[in-house]
Order: sequence, then C-alpha cells, then structure tokens
Amino acid sequence: MNAINSGASKKRLPLKEKYRHLTRGLHWDTTYQPMNKVFPHAAYEGIKIHDWDKWEDPFRLTMDAYWKFQAEKERKLYAVLDTFAQNNGQTNFTDARYVNTMKLFLTGVSPLEYMAHRGFGHAGRQMAGVGPRVACQMQSLDELRHVQTQIHTMSHLNKYFSGFHEFPHLHSRMWYLSVPKSFFDDAVTAGPFEFMTAIGFSFEYVLTNLLFVPFMSGAAYNGDMATMTFGFSAQSDEARHMTLGLEVIKFMLEQDEQNVPIVQKWIDKWFWRGHRMLGLVAMMMDYMLPKRIMSWKEAWSMYFTEAGGALFADLARYGIRLPKYAEVATAEADHISHQNWAIFYQYTHAAGFHTWLPSDEEMDWLSAKYPDTFDKYYRPRFDLWREMEKEGKRFYNMGLPQLCSTCQIPMGYTEPGDPTSIAFRSSKYNGDTYHFCSDGCKDIFDNEPEKFSQAWLPVHQIFQGNCGGATMEDVLKWYKLDGDNMDYAQSLDKKMWDEWQAGKNRVSG
Amino acid sequence: MSTKSIGEYNFPAPDRVENFHGNQVVYLHWSKHLSFCAATAYPLPPDMPFGAVISNVIPGTYGPHPDFPRIDWSAVEWRIDGKPAKPDPEKSLKDNGIHHKSLVEFRTPGLDGYRGSAS
Repeated sequence: MNAINSGASKKRLPLKEKYRHLTRGLHWDTTYQPMNKVFPHAAYEGIKIHDWDKWEDPFRLTMDAYWKFQAEKERKLYAVLDTFAQNNGQTNFTDARYVNTMKLFLTGVSPLEYMAHRGFGHAGRQMAGVGPRVACQMQSLDELRHVQTQIHTMSHLNKYFSGFHEFPHLHSRMWYLSVPKSFFDDAVTAGPFEFMTAIGFSFEYVLTNLLFVPFMSGAAYNGDMATMTFGFSAQSDEARHMTLGLEVIKFMLEQDEQNVPIVQKWIDKWFWRGHRMLGLVAMMMDYMLPKRIMSWKEAWSMYFTEAGGALFADLARYGIRLPKYAEVATAEADHISHQNWAIFYQYTHAAGFHTWLPSDEEMDWLSAKYPDTFDKYYRPRFDLWREMEKEGKRFYNMGLPQLCSTCQIPMGYTEPGDPTSIAFRSSKYNGDTYHFCSDGCKDIFDNEPEKFSQAWLPVHQIFQGNCGGATMEDVLKWYKLDGDNMDYAQSLDKKMWDEWQAGKNRVSG
Repeated sequence: MSTKSIGEYNFPAPDRVENFHGNQVVYLHWSKHLSFCAATAYPLPPDMPFGAVISNVIPGTYGPHPDFPRIDWSAVEWRIDGKPAKPDPEKSLKDNGIHHKSLVEFRTPGLDGYRGSAS
C-alpha cells in the first residue's frame, strides 16, 4: 500500500509498475481467517498448487486499460448495429433460412455466455492466487459483454422473424436446449480448476474455433453484417480467453506431477462433451447456411486434427496425451452433421426453428464433401422423406426420442464402423439403468454417476407431467412456441421473405 | 471414481420409476430403419400385455414407414436389453422381463429400410 501512496505524487506510473500494483499488488494473505477457509474450493478437487506466484500472467492488461479498450469496441459495434437497422440489413441476407442459425445461436449459445460470466466470476473468487483471479475477472466481464451484444444484435431480427422472442424461457425448457444448458451446468457445478479446464481450456482453447468461426464466417457469407461485427468485436476477447485457458493448464501441470492424471481426465471428459455439443454447429454448417463456408469435416480436420494435434504434441512434455476417443470423434465427422439434421428434421414440430430438406444442388454438395458416406447412408433418407413430402405426408416422428443420460442428445449416433446400427450403451447405478449414445458419454457417467444420474432429461420430464401437460399441444404451449416450429416451407418467415423478394422485384423491375 | 464435492453429495435421481405415476419408461427401436433417428420412449403400465405394444404403440410411431405394412410379425426378432428374446404377447411387460428404462429392439428379416439403405 505504501508503494501506491508514494507513487500518487507522481503524474504517471511506469506501465510495468502500474500493472504490478493493479494485479499482484491487490493481494494479501489473510490473517483473521486462515487462507483455506477464505478459499474453501481451492483444494478439494485434488489439484496441488505450491506457489501461486509462479503464475505467469498470460496477458498484461490492467482494469483501467480494459475499460478503455472495451468502450472503444462497443462504440464501433453499436454504430454498425444502428446502420444495419436503418438500412434494413436483414433484407440482404442470402435467404431467410439463414436466420435459423441465429435462432440456434441466441437460444443455445448466448445463454452460455451469461453462464460463462457467472462461472468465471465464481472460479476467480475461489482462486487463492491473484494472477488467475484478475484474469478470471476480466473474462467474466467479457462474457457479460458478449451476451449483451448478442442480445442487442438479435433484438433487431426479433422484429421480423420467428424463433427469437422467448430465448431465456426456452433455454431452460426446450428439449434440445438441455444439451448446451446441461453442458454448462456441469461445468459451473464443478470445482474452479475443473471449470477452468472445461471452459477455459477444452472449450475456449481447443474447440472454440469450431464454434465461433463457423457462425461468424457463416454470417459474413450470408450477408449478416451485424452478426459478423459482434463476432469481430468479441474476437480480441477470445484471443485473451485462449491464452488464459492454456496458462491454467500449464500452471497446474507445472505445479505438481500429481496434477497430471487429474487434468488428463478432465481433458478427456470435456473434449468429448464439447465434441457432442459442437454437433449442433456441424449441422448448421452443412445444412442450415444457404451459402456454405466449408464442410464440418473440413473444419474438424483443420481446427481439431491439425491445430489440436499440434497443441497436444506440445503438451506431451507434461505427460498429457490427445483426449481419449479423439479418433472416434474424427471418424464421426463423416456422420454427425447428417445424423443431427435428421433429428431436427423429424422433430421440428417441437422445435423453436425451422428445418427443410436439402435441395438437389445441396445434396450434390454434400456428396462431394462426404464421398464415403453421404450417398450410401444419408441421401436415401432424404429421398424417402422427399417422397413422403410429395405425397403430402411430410415426416414428423410421433414418438419422443430416447436421450443420452450424459449429453442429453437423442440417441441417434451409430456404432463406430457401422453406420446402419444405432450405438447403444448403458450402465447400472443404484438399481436403475442409464443409457448412453457412445463410449465417451458412458465413461463420463461412470466416473461421476452421482452427478449425471440427476440429469433433467426433457423426454422423461414430459412423461412425469412437469412440462405443461400430457399432450404435445400442452408441451408446445409451455414452450411458448407461436409459429416458430414446423417445416420452413409453411413458415411465417418464408411467407414474409417471399413478400420482401416480390417487393424488391417490383421496385427493380 | 466418484464425484468430488465440498460436502455430502447424495441426491435422488429424477428418473426413478415412482415419479412416473405408475408407468415405467420403455424404449422401442426398429433395427435398420434409421429414418427414425433414435429409439423412441413411452410411459407404459408394467402390467400392460406385450401384445398391446405391437397393436397400440408401435403403429403410431412406425406406421408412416413404407416397410411397415409389409412386416410379418410372426417372423420379427426381438431383443430385450440387448439379449435375444421371445416375448409372449399375452403376458405383461413385467413378466416378459421389460423393466423401467428397458430397451426393446425389433428386427424385421428381409426389411432393411428404404431401398435396403437402413433408412
């Protein structure tokens, strides 16, 4: 404290000194209460930290500089959003089908940004060292900024399109949104080190390029300048989050050898959980963007196989290996987008966005991108549904799907090596059976059955009468769906879009 | 391994059978017909005869498939929780060994999905 007082007479502190005061200088060892009582979550996960001062700050940013940078970014972003709204930017999208990707983003991803804000606030509070505490605080504020900018950006779309109006309500109710919700609930109910491994490292560092880049490039390719701009505005934050995620891992691994197996187990778990959740992005890239960027398989190969491979080669010196089942995830890249779109196509009567069958041209693109699998296994499925559609019997699955007790996705994934058979896995716990879509999800359950046996599985909750009533109609009312579901062909979005196009043609013709 | 926690960690599972108002959850799956993306779930009374699953439950979900009218039910091969089984249509689910959250798979010989594609 003396250093600050004596420095107050000077006009400006040298940057390095200012940085020290505003980070390390904020810490003190408590004396009225022992440190382990003030930081009660710091040790129970089994991670041993001997010297918090060994933490290397991954980025040198003080809080005052942080506010200045962020304010500047906000000014630029909101100028673009205003322009977008004034110019009716939504009329320049490639097609109204594109908007469904944003519905998925606002209902599935934005609420996770908010949970990340809370999660980093909590993890930071529990870190007994000041370095990670300050870094977590900044990330916590970033995440709050992200959810706010996303809501502001998409509030404009809500004036015109369906599917945006009940996003916080849907997030904790809608069946498929239990997938991202339970993912993050799992992370925030873990200890601070697992949380940092789950979100800071596995998600922000290893997998974020597979979430953020496809959505933002998808926006750019499809004429959505507003979304592209919030993406850019978040990008410099993301770079900071990635370095924090990596630093946490390296710090834990360097502090004690006994941390290595614990960290490896978390990496295995959160890689697989992240992979399952990103299956939603896979179908978005391959099926929902009217103008495609690249296939999911190409993105996986670039961002996981190559970039992730280099990262894990680098971590090998600490005794860390590639996540368990990485090779299974890579093999699944040939299948998951098709399998996930099939799930949503047949359950779109109970979803908050629209689905459709791929056109001939789109099917040819899929054949070219997936030469080993599309024509053999998935094209016939779409052919069948197209025939049914032509007969006026558009296919909606009238049975509710069996869900995986870990990832909560309908159990639609196939056996490794046999795309004609569903993969069924199960475990017994306390006399009850639990079902899983994969060995990865079964392992996660078996490691923490006390936690995952508490899963709030939407299908079972409907049967128990906790979701508005016994009929589909009751459940849809409880979701507050109002013209947001069903096939795109009969949607209000399409009707409005076609009117806009007709209007444009009248003006130009 | 078990969940590491800061205190006692013991919570009841929301899916235990007593929460289903007298029913048990049963999953059905038609092998090689993956246009039905996953097995489907039903809350059914444990005393319901198995035959009622064939006549009252299965058609509502699987009826729309072009293979469905061609099923020879006497030739169907059943599996209950992964094991080959010959369920008795007169007997109850319970007496056929179908418990809460059991998986009942059926394979229809000669019918392997739309144009044999397992769809």
